[in-house]
Amino acid sequence: MGILLAITPWPAISALFWIVLAVAVLYLARHTAHQAIHITAVALSRGLRMAAHSVGRGEAKLATRNREVLLAAGREAKERIVEREFVRVGESVRKDLANYPALHRALSESIARIEENHQNAVDVPPEAPGWVRAVEAVAEIDARKGGTEVLEDIHKSLVKAHKEAMEAYRTASAERHGLLRKMMPEWRTVLDTLGHVSKSVESILTRAVVVDRHMQEYEDIVRGQDRAVSTLSSSSVVQFFVSALVLTVAIGGAAINFSLIARPMAEMVGGTSYIGTFRTANVAALVIIMVEISMGLFLMESLRITRLFPVIGALPDKIRVRMIWITFAILTLLASVEAGLAYMREVLLQDELATGALLRGENGGGLQNEYLWITTVAQMGMGFILPFALTFVAIPLETFIHSLRTVLGLAGIALLRFIALVLRVLSSVVRHLGRLAERIYDLPLFVPLWLEARMKHRSDHWRADLEAESEVRT
Amino acid sequence: MKRLALTLVGVVLALGACAPAAPRNTGVYLLLDTSGTYSNELRKAETIILYTLARLEPSDSFAVARIDTGSFSEQDIVAKATFDDRPSTANTQKRAFAGEVRQFVEHSNSAQYTDISGGLLQAIEFLNEKQPGRKTIMIFSDLKEDLAKGYVRDVPLDLKGFEVVALNVTKLRTDNFDPKEYLSRVDSWKAKVEQGGGRWRMINDLERLDGLL
Repeated sequence: MGILLAITPWPAISALFWIVLAVAVLYLARHTAHQAIHITAVALSRGLRMAAHSVGRGEAKLATRNREVLLAAGREAKERIVEREFVRVGESVRKDLANYPALHRALSESIARIEENHQNAVDVPPEAPGWVRAVEAVAEIDARKGGTEVLEDIHKSLVKAHKEAMEAYRTASAERHGLLRKMMPEWRTVLDTLGHVSKSVESILTRAVVVDRHMQEYEDIVRGQDRAVSTLSSSSVVQFFVSALVLTVAIGGAAINFSLIARPMAEMVGGTSYIGTFRTANVAALVIIMVEISMGLFLMESLRITRLFPVIGALPDKIRVRMIWITFAILTLLASVEAGLAYMREVLLQDELATGALLRGENGGGLQNEYLWITTVAQMGMGFILPFALTFVAIPLETFIHSLRTVLGLAGIALLRFIALVLRVLSSVVRHLGRLAERIYDLPLFVPLWLEARMKHRSDHWRADLEAESEVRT
Repeated sequence: MKRLALTLVGVVLALGACAPAAPRNTGVYLLLDTSGTYSNELRKAETIILYTLARLEPSDSFAVARIDTGSFSEQDIVAKATFDDRPSTANTQKRAFAGEVRQFVEHSNSAQYTDISGGLLQAIEFLNEKQPGRKTIMIFSDLKEDLAKGYVRDVPLDLKGFEVVALNVTKLRTDNFDPKEYLSRVDSWKAKVEQGGGRWRMINDLERLDGLL
């Protein structure tokens, strides 16, 4: 620096000289420098844009793949649901409508009996009185010729006949009412039977509506409609979080199970041996829990509740049932072992407490808590129940694994979209930075640039004047 | 090729798993000074022994030995045990150990001389034989060595990997007249241990034994 300022005796003059020289050099190299900056910025910008484009294509590919996976999973799930619905409809038909002939016969018999009773209950009109004309003829007989006695006799006979007729009519009416009364239970039977039939038919109709809805959704999935994809996607995310939550709870259960059996395991495998950096007792306890979870998975697979291992689901029913019993037996054995270990844990704990108290010189070390059996029984119960409870981990695990694929796909798409956006923004920023660099380059050259502009302005004026003069001449 | 590589990786991992791991257990050897007036301090020593027993784990080794005229002898070991790796058996051993120590404290006689170096040599031998992962020698003494005529103890101590903890280093009557005597006694033992490659610690406050093991 000192050398540069020492080219003249006056440093200020030297500095001015160098500034003028630098400005002159920069001015002369301005065009080339602008081009270099422009080319660099454009190249970088294009590169970034291309990178953004290829990331975008990757995202599109991933989205397509995710869509296919989602649709395939949705199709499979819907097929399972529709299959189950059909099985339920089949069972309903078999259970409710299989005895339809019997119902039909019962109805026919009831109706026939009702008809018969109804026929019998028809009101028979009283016969037209044939003796009315006889009465008229008798009435015309002269009373003096003994007609009065005849009429009295007839009257008596008529009253008697009337009484008998009324009696007969009442009896017949009573019989008819009796028959009608007998029809009431038959009506009720018919009503009940029809109600039963109606309920069965309604149940089947309801199932048919459900099947229709599922079939509609299935068709949407098969057609690959956006609505179906959106529904499946949101459903997958919800399933992912719910299953993750349940799995977290299950992990908590497994941790409690582990703490129940890790300590007594030391009695079986020793408390000081290590596998790597882990205590063998802890590893053994963990292995037992893992074996229990595996047995639970196999049990659920054998029961066809989950479908993580297609091989198990495809086994012949006989072998599958055998597998159910075997896995259940192993689980029961392991649960019993755990209950025993939980009991052992309590015994060891008491032993340790007693030894600790003795070593601390406390006299109360040998005191026994009379309610101790409650915690012992509770621990044993937990030791027995937890392996069976862990069996159900298979269900959220299956959901978690299936939904994880979709969620990872969605996360990947989001990440690629973000990267593409960042690359596009960077491309734009680089382009503008290039322009800014050109302006910054011009900043120290404001004097020559101003002079250049003035000269250009003047030459434009001069040229315009010349053109005007030549026009006037012509 | 890929299968071969996988097999090799598997074999290496298996061999790594089978390699003998470094021992993680602890070996403790406690030397009890029974000479002169210090034998009155044995009740405090019992507390330390019980505390140590409570802190030791299965597979750990523990021995308590007395310092007397000639301490380089197995006969001076009051109680010793290597605890079983099953916790319940280890607890039984600890209870038996505590019983032996209690009996010793109740019936011990004071010794005429104090052979600390002999006791240290015996401790080194015992712990080296047990090969624990961590070796600790505790000396419950005033650190005043008093050898009987004819006992030679100018043997260098090989204390590499050992930690020597001096406990309850009481001041003698003469230390009160000249504290330099006490300080030089402690310093000489510290220098001796550190020259032998060991680590030296001193704990006089027996109420705070948290950092003992």
